[in-house]
Amino acid sequence: MLALLKRIAKTGIVSEPTPEVGDMRREIDRLQDEVLRILGRALTIREVDAGSCNACELEIHALNNPYYNLEGRGIKFVASPRHADMLLVTGPVTKNMENALKIAYECTPDPKLVVAVGDCGCGCGEIGRLFGPNYATVGPVEAVIPVDVKVPGCPPTPIDLMRGILAAVAKNRR
Amino acid sequence: MRFHAEPIEFERQPGSGAPVWRGRAADAEDWLRFAISVHRHEGRLCALWGSDERAHGAGFRVHAVFALAEGWQYLTLDLPADNPVYPDLSGIFAAANRMQRATFDLVGIRHDGEDQRPWLRHGGWPADWFPLRHDAGDPPPWENQPTDYDFVRVGGEGAHEIPVGPIHAGIIEPGHFRFTVVGERVLRLEQRLGYQHKGIECRLAGADFAVGAKLVGRVSGDSTCAFAWAYADAIEAACAVTPPPRALAIRALLLERERIANHLGDLGALGNDAALAFGLSQFFRLKEDWVRLNAEVFGHRFLMDTIVPGGVAVDVDAAKIAALVAQCDEIGRAVKELQRIYDAHSGLQDRFLTTGPIDTALAQELSLSGMAARATGMLLDARCHRHGYEPPPPWNKLAVRPATAETGDVAARAAVRFAEIYESLRLIRLLGADLPDGETRCTVSPVPGAAGVGIVEGWRGEVIVGVQLGPDGRIARCHPHDPSWQAWPALEHAVLRDIVPDFPLINKSFNLSYSGQDI
Repeated sequence: MLALLKRIAKTGIVSEPTPEVGDMRREIDRLQDEVLRILGRALTIREVDAGSCNACELEIHALNNPYYNLEGRGIKFVASPRHADMLLVTGPVTKNMENALKIAYECTPDPKLVVAVGDCGCGCGEIGRLFGPNYATVGPVEAVIPVDVKVPGCPPTPIDLMRGILAAVAKNRR
Repeated sequence: MRFHAEPIEFERQPGSGAPVWRGRAADAEDWLRFAISVHRHEGRLCALWGSDERAHGAGFRVHAVFALAEGWQYLTLDLPADNPVYPDLSGIFAAANRMQRATFDLVGIRHDGEDQRPWLRHGGWPADWFPLRHDAGDPPPWENQPTDYDFVRVGGEGAHEIPVGPIHAGIIEPGHFRFTVVGERVLRLEQRLGYQHKGIECRLAGADFAVGAKLVGRVSGDSTCAFAWAYADAIEAACAVTPPPRALAIRALLLERERIANHLGDLGALGNDAALAFGLSQFFRLKEDWVRLNAEVFGHRFLMDTIVPGGVAVDVDAAKIAALVAQCDEIGRAVKELQRIYDAHSGLQDRFLTTGPIDTALAQELSLSGMAARATGMLLDARCHRHGYEPPPPWNKLAVRPATAETGDVAARAAVRFAEIYESLRLIRLLGADLPDGETRCTVSPVPGAAGVGIVEGWRGEVIVGVQLGPDGRIARCHPHDPSWQAWPALEHAVLRDIVPDFPLINKSFNLSYSGQDI
């Protein structure tokens, strides 16, 4: 236990400004403050992988690492769409996930936000084109459910994801 | 060359990759006999797929990759166009079951066994339309209706089912798990996968080498280096090209960085699943540092599109190597400290020890490879010398020390991951200290009609890519194979002695790919 506490003390709070991440650190703080200012409360997100290669999911995981510390700022991932304000959806939407995605959307209470993630989920860029509709995939997320904001990238970085989440919240408020 | 006095004559494929011998079974009997012989000699069934050869006057073909102590055997069997049926291998190698069913869904060639349930087709296209047939054309108009699946039912007093998925509670890929339980105890787990099926093999048909590299590099996003390297090996074997030594060393550097990134993430998640959130924060911080340096040095956090046929698309200078090595020291120290904390944490060890065990015999029976197999004591690693097997460059110069554990439980899989981090750090230092000079890439001229197989020890296990070129020199058929095909059934066994709440922890200790096996 002593070793554990020592490790915690030694690590410190990395979510505070640290020299080695510089500008990126300030950007994270600014985005997180924006979300709280616009929403004034916690935002809950249900992530749905509707066909990705898992790289987008790895970057979504990273949002909860101590650097980006999304949960620490009142944005958290929930287990059920019934508890969610926002769906964060990766694609390309497969035929085998089309039905499950529609059900998840229907189960999310109104007003709901949908953010499409990644070149495949947004249907953009070279990778989005390579993973376009075929016998096994329907196409980008917007081919199945309405999308508020798109976050392209292969995969998008955690900063891009935070910007996308913020953009969806801001758009909804206007 | 012949193996174990079987009649099939094998020929070593060219290229710089893992030793692969190619052979053709004359008939169904030879196919079956060879499989039995491999099984008898403690070999494994590594991959199985099908192809349609009717466009050039032949019938269909079934392909398999087996492994013996000496290396891998790539065997094909030609099937008639009018009745493409081949012998079921699932009675010899359990791993054949899902691969054979997927082969039918995609190519429409049938094994003669009992289990004819679809695997990848969930109702998204008609049962009599096969996407990988050369004359398939556009998919016919079809209403996408999820089909029922014939799960094996378990009866008895108090037995009931818990269906989970396809959307899971966390930020994870989709799949369906059907638990049969009595109280909390798991009596049976049956998986239904295929939800991530996005027709990658169909997209690969007709692609050029560069597009193929992008597609195969996205079969499983956490293993992009392993897949891209296996694909490059397959293309290079088909075209009889050897990439420059510097390219091979940089590939190894990238692969080991991928291994460490994934092990760091999973060790954090394992702590979290045993209620030690401290572990998640600590390891995720280290992983973030690690992938940020990836972006700085190689231009991508997960190293996508860095390995290409003929070599690598990135290079490193002395300053970058110094940064990579300095980070090894830093991460190595932090992981050692965290391992001491994990090892001494009684709450964590209580959840890890004896949970989700599999033994060597089961691992062997399921043709398991990689980290999960080594955690049962199997000394199986494509990077390592062993009896009869000479690893390909650059591993032959590095004397890789494989990590093994004995107990095959969650604790063993965690221990192997720790040991593999230290070993990969050592390899990165070695590679950085002695990086060969010269080119990082050579030209690969397509050889029409040629075929090749690439095999790479990814962080999960053996990643295999089989490539066949068409008369135009483009990809006619490419099959990327994730080690999760073999490991998913192992997970069905691993949970049997435990209770439902242990499932997330056991699952995470394997951390298998859905996308990789659903392709």
